[in-house]
Amino acid sequence: MAKITLSDLRHSYQPVPQGDDDWALKHMAMEWSDGGAYALLGPSGCGKTTLLNIISGLVRPTEGRVLFDGVDLTEVPTERRRIAQVFQFPVVYDTMSVRDNLAFPLRNRGLAGPEVDAKVSEIARMLDLEGMLSRRASGLTADGKQKISLGRGLVRSDVNVIMLDEPLTVIDPHLKSQLRSKLKELHQRIARTMIYVTHDQTEALTFADQVVVMHQGEVVQVGSPVDLFERPRHTFVGHFIGSPGMNILPCELSGGVARVDGHAVPVDNAPPGAIEGRVEIGVRPEFVALAEEGDGLPVTVVRTSDAGRHRIVEVRLGEHRMKLLAGEGVTVPSGEARVRFDPGHTRLYADGWLVE
Amino acid sequence: MVKRVGADTHIHETSVVLAEEGFNVLLGTTLSGKTTLMQLMAGLERPSAGRVWFRGADVTGVPVQKRNAAMVYQQFINYPNFTVYENIASPLRIARVPRAQLDERVKRVAAMLKLTPVLQRRPTELSGGQQQRTALARALVKDADLVLLDEPLANLDFKLREELRDELPAFFAGRRATVVLATSDPVEALLLGGHTATLHQGRITQFGPTADVYRRPADLTTAQVFSNPPINTAPVTKRGETIALGDGVSWEARGAVKSLPDRTYTVGIRPHHIGPSPTVRGAAIDGRVQIAELSGSESVIHFSHGSLDWVSQSQGVHDAAVGETARFYIDVDRCLYFDGDGKLIAS
Repeated sequence: MAKITLSDLRHSYQPVPQGDDDWALKHMAMEWSDGGAYALLGPSGCGKTTLLNIISGLVRPTEGRVLFDGVDLTEVPTERRRIAQVFQFPVVYDTMSVRDNLAFPLRNRGLAGPEVDAKVSEIARMLDLEGMLSRRASGLTADGKQKISLGRGLVRSDVNVIMLDEPLTVIDPHLKSQLRSKLKELHQRIARTMIYVTHDQTEALTFADQVVVMHQGEVVQVGSPVDLFERPRHTFVGHFIGSPGMNILPCELSGGVARVDGHAVPVDNAPPGAIEGRVEIGVRPEFVALAEEGDGLPVTVVRTSDAGRHRIVEVRLGEHRMKLLAGEGVTVPSGEARVRFDPGHTRLYADGWLVE
Repeated sequence: MVKRVGADTHIHETSVVLAEEGFNVLLGTTLSGKTTLMQLMAGLERPSAGRVWFRGADVTGVPVQKRNAAMVYQQFINYPNFTVYENIASPLRIARVPRAQLDERVKRVAAMLKLTPVLQRRPTELSGGQQQRTALARALVKDADLVLLDEPLANLDFKLREELRDELPAFFAGRRATVVLATSDPVEALLLGGHTATLHQGRITQFGPTADVYRRPADLTTAQVFSNPPINTAPVTKRGETIALGDGVSWEARGAVKSLPDRTYTVGIRPHHIGPSPTVRGAAIDGRVQIAELSGSESVIHFSHGSLDWVSQSQGVHDAAVGETARFYIDVDRCLYFDGDGKLIAS
């Protein structure tokens, strides 16, 4: 296992990159500690696959270095980086038994028979594959095959990092939760560095201790699931994570007071001076509540949708629209209403970035 | 209506009257019969017994071409060699709609579905959401009497699904079309509103206004179909004024539950009625955490208590360490009680 250092990486697929848009991966520097559970989260085209390929050695970065435990591996090919990978589609040897599939990487490395057997049974036990070790892999369901792909990475003790690229895509929805649970449990038991790449927030947040959120080739936040919810560092994080996403409202700032549509709104991070750029307020629907007459901001209720556990209330404040959540016992007025933002969770953003 | 295929019965004897010119949701898991029901409505399949009526006319046996129906599938189906404009226009060309009228209708639907900027592109150059919007636009431009949407949002990214789910009911508001949408996602059904039919193993278990079916499921099966994460169920014993779940978890019987005869029932507790925060009338239950699934703005915690597995769903992000013991609180005033046959008897 290894600590992974990404030092001043940049990558472009263009031979001579010109503008900002030519960089598939904009400048990034990061350090991933040994044994950590990480997720790379972002929509398609955000650069997460490029980053994954740089770590595994399939892509050589235009600029910057990749270090494992301080050793520069930027020029070292994939097969010598000691990486285990699990892909979207299970990769198994169909003609081999489950046992032989798991043993394959060990025999390849010249391990002795008894050692191979011991390792294989240990991993099979962890993955609940014990009962099917003698079966041919071709007869297994997608989740069974995916467990083998994972197991082949886990049996090797010489692996620096296990990388999982959208590993649950082909798994039936009702089995996903079980496999998620299994993955999390495995990480806790074997404490190896794992990097889980996905566009699905539930997968990322459930698995990882630290989530790296990417957007348009840039890392917009690295944080725990709680951080991403409670304190998004970029409006993209607020929008992308959570359902419904964070409300983002244009605002004006003068004399340390933020105003939305002319109404003063207390915020958590008002700076003493002026801010450069486009200023917005971000507040999640969870932190907007209906208020009593005379309190809060005047809004018009546009629409209420019942989500069962709560209702999603869409309101208009001046020309801006936003959403709030009303719990089961709460009466939602129609037409005119007042709302209040939780000042501890209402923040200013400048050109998309949290004002700090 | 009944639909048999060989020795299998795909749709057991079912009678239902959908909301005319309204939004109807078919909610059920894979293989519950949603697609078969839609094919029967479209005229792509013939029922083995029974009749299909549309706006007062018996249409059993009327072929799909003569039904003025439009269908959209989970997989976006577009003509790859046509531009978006020509994709949308194709049903109108077949119907020989005059050019000026065709142009006007294509542009109106495209504007509604935010496709105006990409009208001259080909579907393969579009995002998944735009491709599905193109397929939807082609269904809408026809002004069909019956619009059948078979899991149209299932293949979209989460944020696009959220957006289209918001927009869909509005597209159809004020149109004369009867819309039927199939989904396996209970939250999607709730947010789409309208009416919902819950399906289980080829049977409609309940049909009514969506919120009513959700809040007052007639039976346990309907409650299970209409709950994701799955509804918690457990045997409870009522004795006098106490409901006992065993293992020391009990609460006071109140309201309608109080007058039920003393015996054993099945209690149904929706995951969001079991939370990690103490509530005024919450019954405490301790469990061993199996996993905390965090979805961004809410937490779904799976735990075991006694021999049963439980699910709690709460707002915000609450991590819970796997394998540790945690305390949860059941909102006992929102429990559903079912009798031995699974019928709802108190809530």
